[in-house]
Amino acid sequence: MNPVPALAPQGPKVYTIREITRAIRSLIESNFSTVWVEGEISGFKHHHSGHMYFSLKDEGAVLKATFFSRFNRQVKFDLKDGLQVLCFGKISVYEPHGEYQINVERIEPKGLGALQLAFLQLKERLAKEGLFDAKRKRPIPRFPKTVGVVTSPTGAAIRDILHVVERRFRGTNVLLNPVRVQGPGAAEEIAQAIDEMNGFDHIDVLIVGRGGGSLEDLWAFNEEVVARAVFRSRIPVISAVGHEIDWTICDWAADLRAPTPSAAAELVVQNREDLEIRLEGFSTRLRNSMRGLWDEKKEFFRGLQESYAFRQPLNLINQYSQRLDELLRQFQNYLKNLAREKNQAFHHWVGKLEALSPLAILSRGYSITFNGKGELVKEAGRVRPGEVLRTRLHQGLVYSKVEQVKKEGGEKE
Amino acid sequence: MTKEPGEELKFEKALERLEKIVEELEAGDIPLEDALKKYEEGVRLSRLCAEKLTQAEKKIQILTKSLGGSVKMEPFEFEDKEKE
Repeated sequence: MNPVPALAPQGPKVYTIREITRAIRSLIESNFSTVWVEGEISGFKHHHSGHMYFSLKDEGAVLKATFFSRFNRQVKFDLKDGLQVLCFGKISVYEPHGEYQINVERIEPKGLGALQLAFLQLKERLAKEGLFDAKRKRPIPRFPKTVGVVTSPTGAAIRDILHVVERRFRGTNVLLNPVRVQGPGAAEEIAQAIDEMNGFDHIDVLIVGRGGGSLEDLWAFNEEVVARAVFRSRIPVISAVGHEIDWTICDWAADLRAPTPSAAAELVVQNREDLEIRLEGFSTRLRNSMRGLWDEKKEFFRGLQESYAFRQPLNLINQYSQRLDELLRQFQNYLKNLAREKNQAFHHWVGKLEALSPLAILSRGYSITFNGKGELVKEAGRVRPGEVLRTRLHQGLVYSKVEQVKKEGGEKE
Repeated sequence: MTKEPGEELKFEKALERLEKIVEELEAGDIPLEDALKKYEEGVRLSRLCAEKLTQAEKKIQILTKSLGGSVKMEPFEFEDKEKE
């Protein structure tokens, strides 16, 4: 056994724990000021303070890691156990625990780029939440009066959209809400602009987008705030981020994705000539179909007119009319006959009357004599000489004065 | 999600209605009186649509926000600054 060196006032230096730990720390920090390390995340904890704590491990070794909030705010993707990462930071010692660790300042996923990973992770999360569900996609109005556009006022997107409007249908109004489309804060501006546009009730459709660029340039359209603003928009949204191949999160969340801003405009701004041709077609078909229908109905009606069933009542009427004429004629004949008959009868009776008439006797030479009192004179004895008698002859009257009266038997008065 | 259809949506609706009327008339299986009513409506709709198509006045506006937070709509002229 080696003897323990005796403690002596002039012996070897005695460190306090604090001192030795400081010494180790400075030794480590001066040798590994900044390093890149590669490993798998395990025991990941996101503290409510915003700081992150985890271990980096590979086969056989573990390195404690801290990732303070002022650094981890920049990270686009989610850290989680099992993720292979590259970390940049400083090796240091946490004195209260006597542990060395890496204080991470930058972190990148291994294999994929950080942005790509962030994109995939966000896409997966929002998809699970239902933000991209096909059944919540609304139809895009085909003839919007007013198109709202959320993009840069100086970018290619608005220029291209205005060109399309100019070329196709000048009746379309455009309302631009100007935003920055890249750089810090761009995503928040875009999201806010989408919300603002929903405050106007005359906007029929929204185009949200920008011209083409690198993945970093387009990044604002992959941010969750934009996706959520698109999702809650009352106005149907067309996402038009100028990247023909890759879809952005905004594209997924929108009601419709257009590969470019021009394409988005073409989807909603109809070609006026096309519309005119279509309308003309409708008008022609309208006229033709109505004329056809009319002719058909007319023909049908004519057929009906000539059909036996339709003519039947007319025949009846004709028959009645004929019968009536006949009756009228018969009636007239009857009246005529009647009159003739009566006439004949009249004449017959008149003849008889005539035969019986005293006048008829007169015509045979007889006469009738009345006295002055108008009495019929039947006996000579009733007449006095000097009396005026009136004698009715067949034609005319004779007044005569009685000279002598001779009664029957010859007695003279 | 309900919204008042804008003026141009009425155009869309009018065109759809017109198409439907044309199809109904072309089918022919329709009483004359109804057909005449539909025809009248069709003529009215096609006139309306034609009018809309000839309205060539477009408005291009930009939202401007004052520091006080009020929002205004102003005419917008695109200036090609070759950015982005």
